[in-house]
Amino acid sequence: MISPAAVDEARLRDLIPGVLATLVRRGADFATAEDAVQEALIRAWETWPDVPPDDARGWLITTAWRRFIDLTRSDAARHRREQLDADEPAPGPTESADDTLALYFLCAHPSLTPSSAVALTLRAVGGLTTRQIAQAYLVPESTMAQRISRAKRAVSGVRLGQPGDLRTVLRTLYLVFNEGYGGDVDLAGEAVRLARQLAAMTDDPEVAGLLALFLLHHARRASRTRADGSLVPLADQDRSLWRRDLIAEGIDVLQAALTRERLGEYQAQAAIAALHADAQSADETDWVQIVEWYDELVALTDSPVVRLNRAVAVGEADGPQAGLAALAELDNTLPRYTAASAYLHEQAGDITKATELYVRAAAQAQTVAERNHLTMKAAVLRQLADDTG
Amino acid sequence: MAKYLFLKHYRGAPAAVNDVPMDQWTPAEIDAHIQYMQDFADRLRDSGEYVDSQALMPEGAWVRHDGAGKPPVTDGPFAETKDLIAGYMIIDVDSYDRAVELAGELSAAPGAGGEPIHEWLEVRPFMSGAHLPAE
Repeated sequence: MISPAAVDEARLRDLIPGVLATLVRRGADFATAEDAVQEALIRAWETWPDVPPDDARGWLITTAWRRFIDLTRSDAARHRREQLDADEPAPGPTESADDTLALYFLCAHPSLTPSSAVALTLRAVGGLTTRQIAQAYLVPESTMAQRISRAKRAVSGVRLGQPGDLRTVLRTLYLVFNEGYGGDVDLAGEAVRLARQLAAMTDDPEVAGLLALFLLHHARRASRTRADGSLVPLADQDRSLWRRDLIAEGIDVLQAALTRERLGEYQAQAAIAALHADAQSADETDWVQIVEWYDELVALTDSPVVRLNRAVAVGEADGPQAGLAALAELDNTLPRYTAASAYLHEQAGDITKATELYVRAAAQAQTVAERNHLTMKAAVLRQLADDTG
Repeated sequence: MAKYLFLKHYRGAPAAVNDVPMDQWTPAEIDAHIQYMQDFADRLRDSGEYVDSQALMPEGAWVRHDGAGKPPVTDGPFAETKDLIAGYMIIDVDSYDRAVELAGELSAAPGAGGEPIHEWLEVRPFMSGAHLPAE
């Protein structure tokens, strides 16, 4: 069975896209090659703890290639197999960063639905097993297997190396990061790893922006929830728990990206996260600059959710009445609108109205942690009113 | 990537268009219905959207704690309970629109006369787990 102590999981999985790219380069079709790599990976889990290979990458390529030959042997494509068999190249530099990048594009191909792109990316690029992905997303393993094999069929006509769409790659990684934890799999950590790998292969400032955003959020993870899973609002987080190394890295990556002067939404989001991370205490937060970044984000995305967050930031920068005025311009059916309104009324000192709004916001919450947080806010304010009244 | 629960009601839902109870169907009609439900679940398995489905016995009991050291109290079943769940299906799909589309298909399962029942199914989104809090 899996023995994480004996095998460096992240290091092993770092090798996966390169191994897969090598097989495809040797002429294997993507779908079968991907199955072969997955089986080699599972074999590595089983055998490496006892017999660690001298050359991990070479071992994976050889094992996956043999498995690929087995998988195609029964196929009608016997002729093609024999040709491949004969053509097996000598070991050596077989893949390049470009091939790995091409895999990212393929797995997040615009023809795939978001959930298919996420599943295929986690398996073919991330090197997670179908079982791990199924556990992370709380679906049966057979369902996830189907999702992956359908995704592979959907991209079967796409040649590796065709120009891809970086935006769908970034969106796919963003979805993985947002999922946080699932089962035993640290999806946010996995998204950070993949974004690092992607950033090392590209010089697009938005890739750097996404990596910076992940790092800056990931740095605060330990402070964001209590042991019981309840949410800790940013202002109440214990900043001594923030990972200073990740914050420093995130800020470095972001600054380098911003000097390129090709602003995009991920860089702008990362800039907001950096301003939070930079503040020694909640009181020292530079809300004026945060509002300016929200203005940039509004210009870039025109997203109602961004406008909502901007209204809350305006409330911090210019006072709750200004925040409520900004909020009044928005559609009150937006998710979290009522929660934002409750918060701004609380800040404005209108406890009765805030309590009522928190109760309503709790009923509209989309996550359990958020609902519990808002319910608790309402209860605290009610108690406060009872005690003073 | 969101999970939805489809709830099928024995009682409590608005009346279906083809509102003939199952105990009045012919064997062939019942067969066709069961086959449709199985095919529907199989298609969702195949599309990678299936999570779970279960039928529930119509009769259950009410149970509550009755104090430390005492056995729980049971009561019921109560024949007059207005709302009664017959079963559920859980799906994992990309969008609310897809969930509605699928619930519509499920509602078209054949009933009396081999005609679609057009029954009302309740579609409820799951509350999700952790997400980036808006900060």
